[in-house]
Amino acid sequence: MNMQKIHTNKLNLFYTDVHALKEISIDIEEKQVTALIGPSGCGKSTFLKTLNRMNDLIAGVKITGDVLLDGLNIYGPYDIVELRKRVGMVFQKPNPFPMSIFDNIAYGPRIHGVKSREKLEELVENSLRSAALWDEVKDRLKKSALGLSGGQQQRLCIARVLAVNPEVVLMDEPTSALDPISTMKIEDLMEELKEKYTIIIVTHNMQQAGRISDKTAFFLHGEIVEFNQTEKIFSKPADKRTEDYITGRFG
Amino acid sequence: MVLRHSFDQGLDDLHLDLLNMGSLVEESIDNTIYALKKQDAELAGKILVNDDVIDDFEKKIEKKCMNLIARQQPLAKDLRTISTALKIITDMERIADASADIAEITIRMSGKKYIKPLIDIPKMAELAKIMVKKSIDAYVKQDIKLAEEVCASDDAVDALFNKIILDLVNLMKNDPGTVEQGIDLMFIAKYLERMGDHATNIGEWVVFNVTGEHDHLARLFHKESAHVPPYDE
Amino acid sequence: MSVLSHAAKRRLSDKLLLSLTWFCSFITIAVLVWILSYIVINGITHINWSFLTTIYKPVKGLTGIFPMIISTLMIIGVTVIISTPIGICSAIYLVEYSKPGKLVATIRFATETLAGIPSIIYGLFGFIFFVVALQLKYSILSGALTLSIMVLPTVIRATEEALKSVPDMYREGSLALGASKLTTISRVVLPCAVPGILTALILSIGRIVGETAAVYLTAGYVPNIPSSIMRSGQTLSVHLYTLAKEGISFEQAYATATVLVIIVAILNFIATRVAGKFTKVSTGG
Repeated sequence: MNMQKIHTNKLNLFYTDVHALKEISIDIEEKQVTALIGPSGCGKSTFLKTLNRMNDLIAGVKITGDVLLDGLNIYGPYDIVELRKRVGMVFQKPNPFPMSIFDNIAYGPRIHGVKSREKLEELVENSLRSAALWDEVKDRLKKSALGLSGGQQQRLCIARVLAVNPEVVLMDEPTSALDPISTMKIEDLMEELKEKYTIIIVTHNMQQAGRISDKTAFFLHGEIVEFNQTEKIFSKPADKRTEDYITGRFG
Repeated sequence: MVLRHSFDQGLDDLHLDLLNMGSLVEESIDNTIYALKKQDAELAGKILVNDDVIDDFEKKIEKKCMNLIARQQPLAKDLRTISTALKIITDMERIADASADIAEITIRMSGKKYIKPLIDIPKMAELAKIMVKKSIDAYVKQDIKLAEEVCASDDAVDALFNKIILDLVNLMKNDPGTVEQGIDLMFIAKYLERMGDHATNIGEWVVFNVTGEHDHLARLFHKESAHVPPYDE
Repeated sequence: MSVLSHAAKRRLSDKLLLSLTWFCSFITIAVLVWILSYIVINGITHINWSFLTTIYKPVKGLTGIFPMIISTLMIIGVTVIISTPIGICSAIYLVEYSKPGKLVATIRFATETLAGIPSIIYGLFGFIFFVVALQLKYSILSGALTLSIMVLPTVIRATEEALKSVPDMYREGSLALGASKLTTISRVVLPCAVPGILTALILSIGRIVGETAAVYLTAGYVPNIPSSIMRSGQTLSVHLYTLAKEGISFEQAYATATVLVIIVAILNFIATRVAGKFTKVSTGG
């Protein structure tokens, strides 16, 4: 039984009048892959963004309830910069900055105060190795990151997140814009990453959730209908709505 | 770069589990034959206990297979491998059951002397044992030739079975006092014949796993001349 | 007119429209070519090295435009130094920080209006405010301040467009790494917007170079090399105006005009090349 990394208690979120998240109470265990599945608009991406307070960027968002990271409420007096260092995010569309590969990875450490050239080079290499990208780019670190393929760009974004040494990595449909081979490479990568990081992934692709996650939460209309070991959810879901969604009876 | 590492790992684990179950089954047959020959009730008792272990193993492997299907969407060879595993464990479990049933009868007969010296039954048992071993081997090596050999040897086992039944029927006709043991021995022969059938099934599933074709190979190798003699010959 | 079928009528009207379009384009290009060639043909003969490098003292027979070139460069320089930071910061506020509302709408309205005011009015304002009220007198500085106000709307608008064209996903990516909004703007958004800003800047310079009325009333028309920005100077366009108005020498006027045209052409060329080069780099060259 792993330790509890993130705990939410009666989390509610409103986009002005729309009640987007309803009484979400969930425990995310550390060093596991937790998948969030559900039909479009069910709130899973919204929930993900509450975990690193990216929802703060949207006007008119109101949040009630607690979100605890290692026991501390991140919506209380919590340094946002510190939070986003500990909880990193990979987005749906790969978004490397229009800079060199090296500068992309070094961006995070640099803004957090790392100046030494050697230290940066070490960080860049380690991050690229952790993201299984080092061998492919080690000879062109100074070239623009935008020249990489889609799958490589996404792994670059993962490396960029890892460079700030987070504890949790949030992934918002990270492979939905990629081809099947790149998708598989990233799924394999996640298998390795979960030994060091807690991973929470939103995915539209149910089969992906089945392949890579340890626990799965099924979201519907802003609520969590069921949250359990992935094996159980996929072979014997407790709720009929979960079963209908998983068997494709409704989507 | 090899992809789907954890799926491959799962398939490897499955393979290993099947091998282990196979060894347990082979061990059970070995012990049963020995116990039968030596009328060793204690050994027979151990066989009965071990059967539970084999049953649990079957459930464990079954669960693993279901899990792999639910989570990994196996296709092509992967799909055949997993469905083959599901079928083979059933046959292996039945073989183990047959073995346990023989052990039970052994215990029942342990105090008494055999009505006739056992010659054909041990011979049949050896043949059945070889078939089972070969079929598991065929699975391990994914060897179609071996699998086909197993199916081909089913006839020999059936022939022995017929002979044993004939002998026992005659024995019982002549001496009604032997009926109790005679029936027990007939059951043993029947169980051994079933073992041969299950081994044949395993062979057929091995061929399916490799080629994707599932034929009743025993029928293919069944000699037309095989003759089931009536009882009053 | 049932002589023509419906389809034939359509084909005819298509042809007519096409011919009309061609004709209009031709006129436009023809006029442009006519103006340019008239000026250049008349002026190019008078341009030589001494014309470009000697000072202007007609009394002594010196009719070089070197001082005007210096004045022009000085006024461009000071204008850029003043207007660029203000313009960029305003644009950053409008795009990155402000929330849609009355204040922003007002600022936008003001910017749009400023862009449309005739330059003579700027000149008048500059004269009244900078030259007289602030007692800066006729000087490069007065001229530059006036021109800054003129050029500001363009700089703001162009910077806004450049900032808006930076995809939000870069901002999100940066913020998600723990960067503050300011860091994100300075290290990711602005560098990305630089080509757009640079282009607008260079084009604004092109406009400044051509400004006459506003400069005439604020920077004055002393045909000497200004010793500092507090002194008056005469830009190329004002010189051209003076030469023509007072009938001094049309030859020199054409020559000056040719130099002006060449400068504007070079600036536009640089602007396009710079923008192109930056776009290539930022999209994965």
